[in-house]
Amino acid sequence: MFPYLPHTDKEIKEMLSDIGVDSIDELFADIPSKVRFKGDLKLPKGQSELEVYTRLKTLADNNRQAVSFLGAGNYDHIIPSTVGALMGRTEFYTSYTPYQPEISQGVLQAIFEFQTLMCELTSLQVSNASLYDGHTAASEACALAINSTRKTDTILYSGTIHPYTKQVLETYFEDLNIKLVELPEKEGVLDTDSVKSRLGDNVAGLLVQSPNIYGNLEDYTGLSDLLHEHKSLLIVSSNPMALGAIKSQGEWGADIAIGDTQPFGLPAYYGGPSVGYIAATEKLLRKMPGRIVGQSVDEDGKRAFVLTLQAREQHIKRERATSNICSNQALAALGNTIYLATVGKEGLKELAEQNMQKAHYLAEKLKKEAGVKLAADQPFFNEFTLELPKKAADVAGSMEADGIFAGVVLNQLDASKPDNLLTVAVTEKRTVEEMDRYVQSMKGALK
Amino acid sequence: MASPEKLKFQKSHEWTRVEGSIAYVGISDHAQEELGDIVFVEIPEVDDEFDAGEEVTNIESVKAASPIYAPVSGKVVKVNQELEDAPELINQKPYEAFIFAIEMTDPSELDNLLSYEEYQKTIEEE
Repeated sequence: MFPYLPHTDKEIKEMLSDIGVDSIDELFADIPSKVRFKGDLKLPKGQSELEVYTRLKTLADNNRQAVSFLGAGNYDHIIPSTVGALMGRTEFYTSYTPYQPEISQGVLQAIFEFQTLMCELTSLQVSNASLYDGHTAASEACALAINSTRKTDTILYSGTIHPYTKQVLETYFEDLNIKLVELPEKEGVLDTDSVKSRLGDNVAGLLVQSPNIYGNLEDYTGLSDLLHEHKSLLIVSSNPMALGAIKSQGEWGADIAIGDTQPFGLPAYYGGPSVGYIAATEKLLRKMPGRIVGQSVDEDGKRAFVLTLQAREQHIKRERATSNICSNQALAALGNTIYLATVGKEGLKELAEQNMQKAHYLAEKLKKEAGVKLAADQPFFNEFTLELPKKAADVAGSMEADGIFAGVVLNQLDASKPDNLLTVAVTEKRTVEEMDRYVQSMKGALK
Repeated sequence: MASPEKLKFQKSHEWTRVEGSIAYVGISDHAQEELGDIVFVEIPEVDDEFDAGEEVTNIESVKAASPIYAPVSGKVVKVNQELEDAPELINQKPYEAFIFAIEMTDPSELDNLLSYEEYQKTIEEE
């Protein structure tokens, strides 16, 4: 008897006799015998709950433990206990996308609040109910740009965006006759002088990222005007935690804002789940991918939520669909919403401030005491890139022996990057003691 | 009241009304009937240029999203901004609610369009 298989043999027999068949096998009688699999599936025997737990625990114990300075899109932030407690409620946790959405007012309200928070953070007018992650959000944003500009077939992107975003873009547009053009970087940021000469009638938009893959903040002054003169759109990707301190996408004049909301209450899992956010100007509302929850009133005039723009791709657009996103990342986005409601507006500002100050403390100390230098002299948020005198992988390996994950070796994300670059993230979780230990360990590793 | 007998039609259910060198475009009574409640009309951009037969914009009803094709070549010179907030005008007055107007570059293209009678026949054959 397995606790996760609730039916006893007796119950199964009763159910079968109720519908008038003798065996479970008979239920598949309609499938022609020649296409049916016969024999036993090659699966291990069932195990008891204790055996399964012990096995998973053994696997989990193989995880290496260390103080994390890893980032490059996935960060080790404090997660308030409200997030797990509320997300774990069965009303949310076990419910899949509601197919009669208006019945699930709680889920719709949570999504509506997520959308509202994203609009506030990005200073843009409309947000959808979320996408899979930041990289797919970037690709959907580029598709949105293509679909809302006439006779365009080209997307420009900065060389300083996350290498995984580039890969997802390539996968998305591989078979669509869309040209992807990478613009050069200069001193660790997009070379904005390179934009003008690349613009033309065929360019749908430009995708940029700040803080970028090196952690550097980019200056987009004048960029949206330049693009709009050519009827091209500006797409800005940002770590949403940084938006507590830096200029938002809307303030830069961006048409579309995207990013990954993992920093808001989601653990730094290996591979997710994460959440992509996408917000845009009202003009692009009808072309937004996915679904949008709206606020309305019920027949008694009370506040109620509706799936205003639901999966139109499935329902009415069909072969004319411009995106295949029909769902959203509801549970993880709920985690983001609970997180933001817990920390609040002032809390988010304070978090951003702490991230920034701690990262700057560590960078300064490394420069002074460990004699290492930053790869570029640019403003940064909670992450910076070191240019080391040795291979970054070797330095990180040696520091791991001291119980420190020293940072992301950029060359491992993108083989075209030099092998001595190490991107270091410092969140509010890191203490002065941990950072001082980092500096000592770095000194040892460079000896 | 606009009389459909004086309009030109496309098989794809758009009507065209000619005033000098300007062609006004909307959708037929039959089309709005088939689509049901129109919930959104994408207003095209003034100054965009189209060839005859090219997709200009989209309208969405509760049942379907449908493209609207240019009856003739030319430049969009006027759009019906009212439809942005009141797409139901197309259901209410299909032959008055134009969606956009094109300044024709080649008025002889009008000869390729159907008369009201011819259009009625194509509907019956559908």
